[in-house]
Amino acid sequence: MTESKSIQETVQDVISTLKEKPGALLPILHGIQDALGYIPADSVPAIAQGLHLSRAEVHGVISFYHYFRETPPGKQTIHICRAESCQAMGGKQLEQHAKDQLGIDYHETTPDGQFSLEPVYCLGNCACSPAIQIGNDIYGRVSLQSFDAIINEKKEQA
Amino acid sequence: MSISVYVPCDSSALSLGADRIAAAISLEAQQRGIAINLIRNGSRGLYWLEPLVEVVTDAGRIAYGPVQVTDVSALFDADFLHGGDHHLALGSIEELDFFKKQQRLTFARIGKTDPISLDDYLANDGYRGLSNALKQSQTDIVKAVTDSGLRGRGGAAFPTGIKWNTVLNTPSEQKYIICNADEGDSGTFSDRMVMEGDPFVLIEGMTIAGIAVGANQGYIYLRVEYPHAHIALNAAIEKAYAAGYLGDDIQGSGKAFHLEVRLGAGAYVCGEETSLMESLEGKRGLVRFKPPLPAISGLFGQPTVVNNVISLASVPIILDKGGDYYRDFGMGRSRGTLPLQLAGNIKHPGLFEFAFGLTLRELLYDFGGGSATGRPIKAVQVGGPLGAYLPESQFDTPLDYEAFAANWTVLGHGGVVVFDDTADMASLARYNMEFCATESCGKCTPCRIGSTRGIEVMDEIINGQEISKNIPLLRDLCNTLLNGSLCALGGMTPYPVLSALNHFPEDFGVTDTNNAA
Repeated sequence: MTESKSIQETVQDVISTLKEKPGALLPILHGIQDALGYIPADSVPAIAQGLHLSRAEVHGVISFYHYFRETPPGKQTIHICRAESCQAMGGKQLEQHAKDQLGIDYHETTPDGQFSLEPVYCLGNCACSPAIQIGNDIYGRVSLQSFDAIINEKKEQA
Repeated sequence: MSISVYVPCDSSALSLGADRIAAAISLEAQQRGIAINLIRNGSRGLYWLEPLVEVVTDAGRIAYGPVQVTDVSALFDADFLHGGDHHLALGSIEELDFFKKQQRLTFARIGKTDPISLDDYLANDGYRGLSNALKQSQTDIVKAVTDSGLRGRGGAAFPTGIKWNTVLNTPSEQKYIICNADEGDSGTFSDRMVMEGDPFVLIEGMTIAGIAVGANQGYIYLRVEYPHAHIALNAAIEKAYAAGYLGDDIQGSGKAFHLEVRLGAGAYVCGEETSLMESLEGKRGLVRFKPPLPAISGLFGQPTVVNNVISLASVPIILDKGGDYYRDFGMGRSRGTLPLQLAGNIKHPGLFEFAFGLTLRELLYDFGGGSATGRPIKAVQVGGPLGAYLPESQFDTPLDYEAFAANWTVLGHGGVVVFDDTADMASLARYNMEFCATESCGKCTPCRIGSTRGIEVMDEIINGQEISKNIPLLRDLCNTLLNGSLCALGGMTPYPVLSALNHFPEDFGVTDTNNAA
């Protein structure tokens, strides 16, 4: 229960800090996701109330944007670029390899809660394709071997 | 005196380990008792040489690359801090043909300076454009931009000066400048390089735009996939405020301009200007009907300039050196320079800024060096995921908006993605339909439903089912998307799909060429 209370407090803090900005909804959603890793369903009524919107409008915005998520992610989210430049450099094999190694598909989390896997359409790292991103860390010219090394390194950090 | 060493902080350089190399260089210098001044610069854009380390010597800046952590100790042994010889030594970057043959106007400082040092910016011609603009009337500023021939670098190539003029002449208490930094096209990274490598040039361009049209508030709508650009922009904005280059009284002129970065949330369609404004207003990024034009009724219903990063970053040099200076580069109606981004399966990927007019073949072979795999280049997609694939027979097309349009191809934002002969064009066409389905905002039917039907038809074609029925069906569907969609997402997905089919029918299982026409 204490955890749930702290989530609500976090949400309220973000709302009250940002709600006066013009077009405040996206900044608020980013603020909540930055703090909690996702946007809990039970934060929607508070956001709606804070911005004088309906809950449906808030839910509609959350569901429109690929980046916002309503379920907690794994400790680390691996974004794999699916776009053309990465495809031209073996991106499809890398995608398949990542899914096989982690044992999950896109939008899923490993059973140990360590990694979530998400597709991304371009990281702007097209001159160093194929590319992946984990948190703020971006990796270029990723081979199947270097993918494994990155994952192992991330596991050790955890 | 300590020796200056440059290691880029550009995110592509970081993706190849630049942070680890910077740390290793610092540590090695410390252990050897040598004082160095480590500077994190933007990238020179020659990405096959990244991570690229540069050292300031008596003979100028000497480069080494691509450097790995394991090379650092040997570089010190070779006395690289004084330009010592080593197998990674490249001499001066600015003397390499790859660099020397470019016309770097917008990218003049990138890779050379510390991106978030205002002193560095000022010492390298920064804020000269704004200084000139503050001495001119609003009409004269807009005229300089119009005279330069600058056209929107985001892809649509609409004349920037005309857009500004509309906003200037639309009376309103509140106007806005929006920078579209939602660079979602695959194969493009020039916006990212500007924001990470020279954020002040974008801030200066937006400030000039604000003064020109009478807008006191700017927003940079930045894609969330660019965390390093976000950090650099915020750091530069803070410094610009502190030094009076942003705020209520810019350099004592009495003119105000405020700037804020807003993050997108992974929706490609928000790169479309009306969808972007909906998103900035805190809504789903649904495309708006036009008219009204954003220049008349844009953000929160107010007159709004929406320009791409490169367009705005090109404004300071135009105001510094004059519209004529800029217009003298280029060909036909494509004036000035275009930062081309060479990516995918290419030996020398990177950023090449040229005056319009270079041919695609020159770019691919003289600068790009052919494919990375050494295999023949099969196709090149220019202009992002909504751009056509060009076969070898079209490689002599000059890089010019009109020349590309005449071929039913798109120059767009200048992204060039190269595929070798192992690429399967039917699979790429299916991907283009899938991308449209994933990213469709859902407002118009052709894009929302047509893209999903497109995936289904492509799956049947790839499985070899009823080719003679499905090819005409695919063409018919593309025709509907092309003519019936509200914006370029649905309206241009047929470019890659149909160009793949027209130029590479064999990949679609079409044996009778008449069938493909």
